[in-house]
Amino acid sequence: MVDQLIHQLLIPLAYILAIVLPLIIAVAMFVFWERKVIGWMHVRLGPNKIGPFGLLQAFADTVKLLIKEVILPTNANRFLYYLAPLLMMIPALAAWAVVPFSSKMVLSNANAGVLYLLAMTSLGVYGIILAGWASNSRYALLGAMRSAAQVISYELAMGLCLVCVLVLAGSLNLTDIVNAQAGHKGFFDWFWLPLLPVFVIYFISGVAETNRAPFDVAEGESEIVAGFHVEYSGSAFAIFFLAEYANMILVSFLASILFMGGWLSPLQGWVHFDAPDWINWIWTGGFIWLFIKAFLFSFFFLWFRASFPRYRYDQIMRLGWKVLIPIGIVWVMVAGCMKYFGLVTIGMGA
Amino acid sequence: MKSITRYLKSLLLLELLQGMGLTMRYMFKPKYTVRYPMEHIPKSNRFRGLHALRRYANGEERCIACKLCEAVCPALAITIDSAPRESDGQRRTTRYDIDLFKCIFCGFCEESCPVDSIVETSIHEYHFEQRGENVVSKAQLLAIGDRFEQQIAADRAQDAAYR
Repeated sequence: MVDQLIHQLLIPLAYILAIVLPLIIAVAMFVFWERKVIGWMHVRLGPNKIGPFGLLQAFADTVKLLIKEVILPTNANRFLYYLAPLLMMIPALAAWAVVPFSSKMVLSNANAGVLYLLAMTSLGVYGIILAGWASNSRYALLGAMRSAAQVISYELAMGLCLVCVLVLAGSLNLTDIVNAQAGHKGFFDWFWLPLLPVFVIYFISGVAETNRAPFDVAEGESEIVAGFHVEYSGSAFAIFFLAEYANMILVSFLASILFMGGWLSPLQGWVHFDAPDWINWIWTGGFIWLFIKAFLFSFFFLWFRASFPRYRYDQIMRLGWKVLIPIGIVWVMVAGCMKYFGLVTIGMGA
Repeated sequence: MKSITRYLKSLLLLELLQGMGLTMRYMFKPKYTVRYPMEHIPKSNRFRGLHALRRYANGEERCIACKLCEAVCPALAITIDSAPRESDGQRRTTRYDIDLFKCIFCGFCEESCPVDSIVETSIHEYHFEQRGENVVSKAQLLAIGDRFEQQIAADRAQDAAYR
């Protein structure tokens, strides 16, 4: 009985903590890194006062947010108002359950991992809509509607990209998808090459899904202040913030896993020496490669934010429905043909 | 033809990549930020900051209570009372108040002064902790002048050729 309890409850709980705690710290550091990078691109310094190089800035901000009062607007729906941030955060954290960090490091090696991910990322929309509606504010409602419509339309494009990956990999399991990208041609074995347009579409729709610049009409500071979470303060706002950044990091990880070979080394099959394990990962692959790739992708989020002006709402819809989805559909067929005629090598087979 | 090239250009995200290249180049540029309390930007010798009343080298205050500064002050920030000095009967101020909240730091008082008594120093870092401290009195102004006389004189000397 005790044995069972330990195996079925405590060990998974320890794993969950081992993922969620670093994730939350990563979010804090990511916020700091964002301010730093955007500062540099604006030819400023960014935060540099709190801690060495300003490293503790994000933690100071978090503490400030947590000790602030959570204000409930008049006539707001109390239950839904407090439920919405949780509805945002829980899927954002739960999605990490199926993310494989290396060939063995995965909390749940689910067979339908991609489906689970799609479900989790879609659930976030409810948080957005409820937050906007329960706040009893026009701005929040407008922001929520904008962002919900946007998230739903870009989910289609994103789904098509995932279909392409599934067609090539022949599996919904994320570990299998990464293994299907193994080979002897280094990083040319990864799916970004046969699926290049889809890869770009995936990342664009990932940016749109997370409501980040240049698709951040949901926030639209100049028109609707902060969008769906305009009425939230204190820790409730902090949770929205956490969910948004956790989603960004998730999209970066998924882009690396689906298209850039996950934990596989870009040198796979090219270089091989017999070296101690702590060097070996450079060519045999390991979770550090995944982190490096995800870090680069998350940098793109910040790069976009510093580079591009916000899209107009109709332009966002046009891009999603008239450009990304048609290209995605075409490439699903192209990917099918590539797979059928054996133009791409899947896994170590070839 | 033109529309086709334009379509391809936007499809290949060329312009967006160009923009990203630009921001990437800027990321590595030296930063403009001045770490203010630690670093200062150079200040002009004509900088108009906190006011001061100057003295002659023998310690006699310059101000002769002509009230030109009070008259010229567009913000009515200066208040002067005058009376013959008790010791030698010279015309002197008994009160010389500047309300720094009213003052717009235009420098007219300094320009109008016939004896270079009221000046604006290059001090711009000062603060008030109590209500009422914004009105600086004659004694305070003289003290500021005494303390920064060297710098005030140096700034005036540098600018003398253009006055």
